[in-house]
Amino acid sequence: MMGKTLYDKLWDSHVVRELPDGTCLLYIDRHLVHEVTSPQAFAGLRAAGRRLWRRDANLAVADHNVPTKDRALGIRDATSRVQIETLDRNCADFGVTLFAMNDPRQGIVHVVGPEQGATLPGMTIVCGDSHTSTHGAFGALAHGIGTSEVEQVLATQCLLQKRAKPMRVRLEGRVPEGVTAKDLALAVIGRIGTAGGTGHAIEFAGPAVRALSMEGRMTLCNMAIEAGARAGLVGVDDTTVAYLANRPFAPRGALWEQAVAAWRDLHSDEDAVFAREVMIDAQTLSPQVTWGTSPEMVVGVAERVPDPAAEPDAARRAGMVAALAYMDLKPGTPMVDVPIDVVFIGSCTNARLEDLRAAAHMVRGRRVATGVRALVVPGSGLVKKAAEAEGLDRVFVEAGFEWRDAGCSMCLAMNADRLEAGERCASTSNRNFEGRQGAGGRTHLVSPAMAAAAAVAGHFVDVRGW
Amino acid sequence: MDAFEKLTALVVPLDRVNVDTDAIIPKQYLKAIGRAGFGANLFDNWRYLDAGEGRTDAERRPNPEFVLNKPRYQGAQILLARANFGCGSSREHAPWALLEYGIRAIIAPSFADIFFNNSLKNGLLPIIVPDAVVDRLFRDVEATPGYAVTVDLVSEAVVLPDGTRVPFQIDPFRRECILRGLDDVGWTLQYEADIKQYEERRRIEAPWLFTAE
Repeated sequence: MMGKTLYDKLWDSHVVRELPDGTCLLYIDRHLVHEVTSPQAFAGLRAAGRRLWRRDANLAVADHNVPTKDRALGIRDATSRVQIETLDRNCADFGVTLFAMNDPRQGIVHVVGPEQGATLPGMTIVCGDSHTSTHGAFGALAHGIGTSEVEQVLATQCLLQKRAKPMRVRLEGRVPEGVTAKDLALAVIGRIGTAGGTGHAIEFAGPAVRALSMEGRMTLCNMAIEAGARAGLVGVDDTTVAYLANRPFAPRGALWEQAVAAWRDLHSDEDAVFAREVMIDAQTLSPQVTWGTSPEMVVGVAERVPDPAAEPDAARRAGMVAALAYMDLKPGTPMVDVPIDVVFIGSCTNARLEDLRAAAHMVRGRRVATGVRALVVPGSGLVKKAAEAEGLDRVFVEAGFEWRDAGCSMCLAMNADRLEAGERCASTSNRNFEGRQGAGGRTHLVSPAMAAAAAVAGHFVDVRGW
Repeated sequence: MDAFEKLTALVVPLDRVNVDTDAIIPKQYLKAIGRAGFGANLFDNWRYLDAGEGRTDAERRPNPEFVLNKPRYQGAQILLARANFGCGSSREHAPWALLEYGIRAIIAPSFADIFFNNSLKNGLLPIIVPDAVVDRLFRDVEATPGYAVTVDLVSEAVVLPDGTRVPFQIDPFRRECILRGLDDVGWTLQYEADIKQYEERRRIEAPWLFTAE
């Protein structure tokens, strides 16, 4: 019998029922909930008089709207406040475990889940947020859903889904100095495009992926959605198991042993066949910087802003022209000559302890350039506490960064943290769409080290040998 | 959701690739806790010349260059779009905003997966047709004021004004749900016994997934 891919193993173990057209009723083990995409789902349950199917499968946290400073003063924006109060009330009414805004464990839902061990290998995990793909780093089948699906999971613990096609991206070789998981993610998207993984679940494999920490694997899987794939995956190995040991929600004792034994099978079989395979030599990659308004519009930091005139496809050429106009960039400009106004180190992509360490390493003993506004927003209250325990907060503050409380913050600017029109930002987040970080704002996606170095220099710099 | 069988309507062309859900409905409008009120802010950054915050809808200045604001496309219910429409955030507010504005079907060469699903669950029909057909439609719509097509979900075809039938496919299960206006929760709950049986089996196979109970 032909070997199975990791995706197939995860899928097959969660099918409750299959319909003649291939649509499956898929069981969901873990449902993560936040304030923006859940209120209408809870309202739907109330209207229909329905209760939760399984309370303990749900974990909620307020993240998108929360202020990242002066929390003791409450939330000034009335609509944001109502949304967060609505989450608090819904969780109380329906009995969902909630890390409310002032809970020390509060943070970005995709940082909190793994940190708590609420994300486990072999699970199906969903959340009303596209970056749920992050959790695939643990050998879990994880993807974003819409609000109708949030309601369906709350009420039935199931989703109606069609099987995706398994795709494998192999990252060969050793990652060079100065190149991080974020650069791997951007390079993959640059290669296959933002629709390159549409209809697929991407498994990341190869020695460069094996060598990544869990934090790095989460960064990589986080951005699978920017390549069009709802789910990213990495097979389970010792790194995965070591990360999860003794986490609050992880199993203990004999149950832990039993779980680990089962998790050891969560990788693609040697002879498994993928619908599509892509091979990238990680050894040849350099730190990446996006220049446009789609994550696929990316180049190496030592390269120049590309020229639309060289693009043969008319629709793509038009897209490039529009992006350059929005970004106010001229073809041929070296990326290192692009000045920046704002630096944002944060988001579910890059706000874990390892990311903050990498950024702090670049700014230690240096100063943020004159005229640059720089902020660090840890991914969770516990990340913040751990960073403070090793003095990273002082490194940032002494360099002129603002040190904030945990939340989604300027990744999508639903709270007060945002770009003004025309401002240009080096951001460790995941989307450089028009207006994403504030109407008229211009986003360049980079790694934490690249963002931190740009804050000091006032423009992009090549962190290799910096 | 409203059932959908057949619709003949004006087509509005949005000639951009990779239109993301942040563009469809920007985040500052995601703070509502209901499903209504998003239509006024559909494509907000492109549709208006000024920012929405601090202004009522009536006070805002529409951008006359944006295609939805052109008089010839008023009342359009079918959106013609380019590749990878709806990429990015999973916000279901995007199909809610499109529907509230009046769009009932979108014709494009490809859609992002989550947007595609969210649309189907709300009775907004995402119709995939080949690139060449989309190119032709953009040319014809541009050249022909009042250009309208018929979207027929029963026979799974877009019928052009000259009678050309462009076939498309929607999964049979989804098609049935949209034709009848069925919701997923009610449908799933008829399999309550199957879900319980699955859980019993998993409690034995993978007991660590149920430790919190």
